[in-house]
Amino acid sequence: MAGYLTHTPIDVTALLASVAADGCGASVLFLGTVRRSAEDGDVTAIEYSAYADMAKAEFDRIVNEAAGRWPGARIALRHRLGLIPLGEASIAIAVACPHRAEAYDVSRYIIEETKKRVPIWKKERHDSGEERWVKPAERVHPVSPPSAARA
Amino acid sequence: MSFGPVSKDAVNEGSRSEVRVRLLLFASYAEALGRTEMPVDLPTGSSVADVLARLRQDPAAGRLPPSPLVAVNQRYAKPDTLLRDGDEVALIPPVAGG
Repeated sequence: MAGYLTHTPIDVTALLASVAADGCGASVLFLGTVRRSAEDGDVTAIEYSAYADMAKAEFDRIVNEAAGRWPGARIALRHRLGLIPLGEASIAIAVACPHRAEAYDVSRYIIEETKKRVPIWKKERHDSGEERWVKPAERVHPVSPPSAARA
Repeated sequence: MSFGPVSKDAVNEGSRSEVRVRLLLFASYAEALGRTEMPVDLPTGSSVADVLARLRQDPAAGRLPPSPLVAVNQRYAKPDTLLRDGDEVALIPPVAGG
């Protein structure tokens, strides 16, 4: 599945359509959007950047892991890069499965692994003009070679 | 086959006991060090830890954390991962995608 990264707004309708199938009775669409929150202050936009070659490889590994764990799941995702205004989606994950339980599970797996492993960074822009790299919530040293590394 | 050029090449080949890796820096780390990419020459048998040690010779590297995440050829690696000539080594700041 190619084209994980884009610099333009994500077409979620097209993304959903790309996973639709006659045998799938459940489709889940997850969107991560740029937000304003108390702890982040007066954010007006977030600039996303990536180590593109590795981000693509890591997305490939995550999607392959999900496909191995939930056979029959149909998965498409896009991560947007560049300056993204408040309220617009930075990531969209579309999953279609025969039933809803696994569709939710697959969607959740992909976003959680993305946040742990995919080399993408964000820099907040504030009303004041200040710019600030976003540090993720404290985590245990998150990353070891994914299971594909052992294959 | 003539001996002259062949033996000369062999000498050059034998004396090249180094690996050259391409070190990539991103996001806050690129800002801290003021660059996004640099070649690093190391003795054969060097590891990820050796690249980090070399990088720390740059005073600006004091702004890096004690043990940053590192990827080799687009895959997360460990400090003892051995490097080969031409490897792409990347320091990965804490990721914040999604």
